[in-house]
Amino acid sequence: MKPAVLSGVHFITGDVACAEGALAAGCRFFGAYPITPATEIAEHIAGRLPEVGGTFIQMEDEIAAIASILGASSAGVKSMTATSGPGFSLMMENIGLAACTEIPCVIVDVQRAGPSTGLPTQGAQGDMMQARWGSHGDYKIIALSPISPQEIFYQTILAFNLSETYRVPVLIMTDEIIGHLSERVVIPDESEIKLVSRPRAKGRKDRFLPFEPGPNGVAPMAIAGEGYNIHVTGLTHNEKGYPDMTVECQKQMMARLTGKIQNNLDDIIKTEGYMLDDAEIIIISYGVSARTCHTAVDEARSQGIKAGLFRLITVWPFPEDQICRLAERAKALITVEINLGQIHLEVERCVKDKVPTYLVGHVGGTIITPERVIETIKEAT
Amino acid sequence: MSHQKKAVHPLDDLIRTDRIPHIWCPGCGIGTVFSSTLIAMKESGIDLTKTVMVSGIGCSGRGAGYVNLDSFHTTHGRAIPFATGLKLANPELNVIVFSGDGDIFAIGGNHFIHAARRNVDLTIICVNNFNYGMTGGQVAATTPYNAKTTTTPSGNPERPFNLPMLSYASGATYISRWTILHARDISDSIQEALLKRGFSFIEVLAPCPINYGRRNKEKPFDTLKLYQENTIIKNKAHPFELDIDFERGVVLGKFLDINRPTWTDMYNKTCRPKDFME
Ligand code: SF4
Repeated sequence: MKPAVLSGVHFITGDVACAEGALAAGCRFFGAYPITPATEIAEHIAGRLPEVGGTFIQMEDEIAAIASILGASSAGVKSMTATSGPGFSLMMENIGLAACTEIPCVIVDVQRAGPSTGLPTQGAQGDMMQARWGSHGDYKIIALSPISPQEIFYQTILAFNLSETYRVPVLIMTDEIIGHLSERVVIPDESEIKLVSRPRAKGRKDRFLPFEPGPNGVAPMAIAGEGYNIHVTGLTHNEKGYPDMTVECQKQMMARLTGKIQNNLDDIIKTEGYMLDDAEIIIISYGVSARTCHTAVDEARSQGIKAGLFRLITVWPFPEDQICRLAERAKALITVEINLGQIHLEVERCVKDKVPTYLVGHVGGTIITPERVIETIKEAT
Repeated sequence: MSHQKKAVHPLDDLIRTDRIPHIWCPGCGIGTVFSSTLIAMKESGIDLTKTVMVSGIGCSGRGAGYVNLDSFHTTHGRAIPFATGLKLANPELNVIVFSGDGDIFAIGGNHFIHAARRNVDLTIICVNNFNYGMTGGQVAATTPYNAKTTTTPSGNPERPFNLPMLSYASGATYISRWTILHARDISDSIQEALLKRGFSFIEVLAPCPINYGRRNKEKPFDTLKLYQENTIIKNKAHPFELDIDFERGVVLGKFLDINRPTWTDMYNKTCRPKDFME
């Protein structure tokens, strides 16, 4: 068998780094459907999976792609799919199924400018709210946003680890620019990669309750074919997994689904500060836009302005507490993102008019230039 | 002490008895298909621990909720791609899809034809009751010409699918059709399908007296009479003969039973490196 972890130094795109990250994370099933600018993930992993004992299938559409990974994960295999806006829209119903039935899975959205077919070959960050709320009903997912091909490699591993830990769909919200950007990516030695697998069912098969939460709020999972005779349904269900069409059961189920995320925020949320310690003007950004902001902060600092960057590595759940604390001490907060203000809404919600907030955003198709960010920094100073 | 033992149904071990009573209406045909399926599972001798049932949404889609095996009640139309993932990820599983005509052939039609084309080793049991029962009896892709439903109050203007022909054209390796009067044949067919490596399709005509029968002036007993008097068993019949037209007579039987490599066989042969050893 060929190695699953290609340790060494590579010069590869974000899409390829994502595929390699998946393999390093133990992903052994990929359900695909071609779409620009995510296709290269499928193309790369299509060749790699069969040589490491995994399985790749190109399904008939994105709905089938995500349904297939939910099936594969239910059979105990770490599974993933990758898509872009239109395909992401098609996947929404089954993201809800995965959230409701707590099937671990990883979904990559290489964002392009929308709405509709939009600009297939040009980047954007316009699916951020869809990632949070796209499927119907209340539920919680985890979404990450990588800044580089190197980071997408690690975030894909992190995505699988979080997904397995919390039995929740994890979305990697990257974009066309990072997806198609070639950079140096260092893949570490296999021994340095920490992998997590879902908590597994143990004990008497006739007494097992498939949705009875463990200590961290997450229920151990029985795999199809293990003999636990589990029932899994997208209907509101009790701890036994049986449909229970009562308000009481709906409350209990929702408390479990949202609680396992809400009660583990410290473990889930990852952020990064740049020049934050004494910053008065604080930029909040993520993904490719955060790269723009690094340059803008450096430039502002060289002009004597105390600017800093707070980068969201985890976008959902939203780092509310951290943003609220920043709002206590900053003079102004500036959100930078390639959309018309999606994460900005969350920032405003946390800031509650304590300090002025600004948005540097646009409709997608290009990155945001540092000049525009600097202009706004000056305006806010 | 009473010497009377509590009566135990011979299929009880395969049923989630704690979920009974089920939701199916009196006179509904789904229960017959369901019990024939359970009998087939038992008689086939397959490892039931490794047997999984997947359903979509609808009255028939509740099947997965009553079988005492690993069972998945998925989204509307998506039972087949979910089942595909299960089977491909663990080829040792016996994967059965139990669902209705609306679920498998309207919203899920695309998945059906592709799973058949790929020859994924699945057993697909479709309860065809000519309408959407769960939502109150709307027109389906299988509703006969002129039949009345809530969304075709003056009669259905559309042509229904000939499901065995669709399966044949798509690449299924096992195809049969029965009605619920043919419980033994259903079981035999499902047993053959379970023991067969390849994509198998079993269509079972079943009454929905509450929503379909009532609107089409068919009493439950009339439907069964139609099944008895206006059907003919013709194994290996040509797919063109399999349109459903009770006036002309509906052809039942085992139409196809052939072998070709499954998706997993072909994937291992074509896509794995030559030196790959598992
Ligand atoms: S509505 Fe029709 S198909 Fe549904 S359970 Fe009742 S009789 Fe059966």
